[in-house]
Amino acid sequence: MAHFSARITVTLKNGVLDPQGKAIESALGSLGFEGVDSVRQGKTFDVALDAASQSDAETALNAMCEKLLANTVIEDYRVEIG
Amino acid sequence: MKTTIALFPGSNRDRDMIAAVGKISGEASTLVWHTSTELPESDLIILPGGFSHGDYLRAGAIAARAPIMQAIAKAAADGVRVLGVCNGFQTLTEAGLLPGALMRNAGLNFVCKMVQLEVTNAASPFTNRYNAGDVIDCPVAHHDGNFFADSDTLARLEDDGLVAFRYANGTNPNGSINDIAGILNPAGNVLGMMPHPENRIEAAHGGDDGRRLFEAAMNVLESEAA
Repeated sequence: MAHFSARITVTLKNGVLDPQGKAIESALGSLGFEGVDSVRQGKTFDVALDAASQSDAETALNAMCEKLLANTVIEDYRVEIG
Repeated sequence: MKTTIALFPGSNRDRDMIAAVGKISGEASTLVWHTSTELPESDLIILPGGFSHGDYLRAGAIAARAPIMQAIAKAAADGVRVLGVCNGFQTLTEAGLLPGALMRNAGLNFVCKMVQLEVTNAASPFTNRYNAGDVIDCPVAHHDGNFFADSDTLARLEDDGLVAFRYANGTNPNGSINDIAGILNPAGNVLGMMPHPENRIEAAHGGDDGRRLFEAAMNVLESEAA
């Protein structure tokens, strides 16, 4: 078994309204930051895991996203193994 | 009719459901904890409102993966009636028993107010004591009630008449797509809704528009609210 550190990023799909991102975008404008076109809020999960190989780790991490970490009705996810 | 109420850590409308079931049917509910793998014999299973698991990750996401949900999914497939209100609705969508997702309210605020609902499907076991087009008063209290579904799913819900309730007269409190307040599964035995009919069953609530939903779901005769 080898040890892996992964970062999973979950974001709302394009076309899904993100009211929190909109509120943050507006607050950035109020603070005087110019040129901000859009803000989309997401989540990151740092997962440390043991797996036989990197490909096994990727398979497990993708399954975690599909089954729990992301709601694929509204969210996309990305898995990066460091 | 045997009614079972599923409890999760953070459920907080369970007492309201127990009271509504008891007052309307005269029968006690059986309570089942989320770690159970089996359900008692049930004709109606209710997932009450609240903030299961603190709404961590996403509202209803962790509750939807609880052991009891597999038993509830099997019962639903066997035709047992399942009602999810508020956090219960969120949990049913997260569990895949109903389509779509409930997102943060468009206005970002928690809303706790009275809304009006149009009964859009009056043929289901939950809504058949109403007439299609009836507009009823019902309270909402939620932060994540903004129903969303992709365009294919939305078209299927609309075309198949699976929208049970719609916010009426401009009272959509959360930005929900097509003003959707509650939806049915294709078989009609699973209903999820954000508003709280259990808080509109008697004079002390200011009205009893929610009472007929329980009378229908539990096959009890219509009665005058106390």
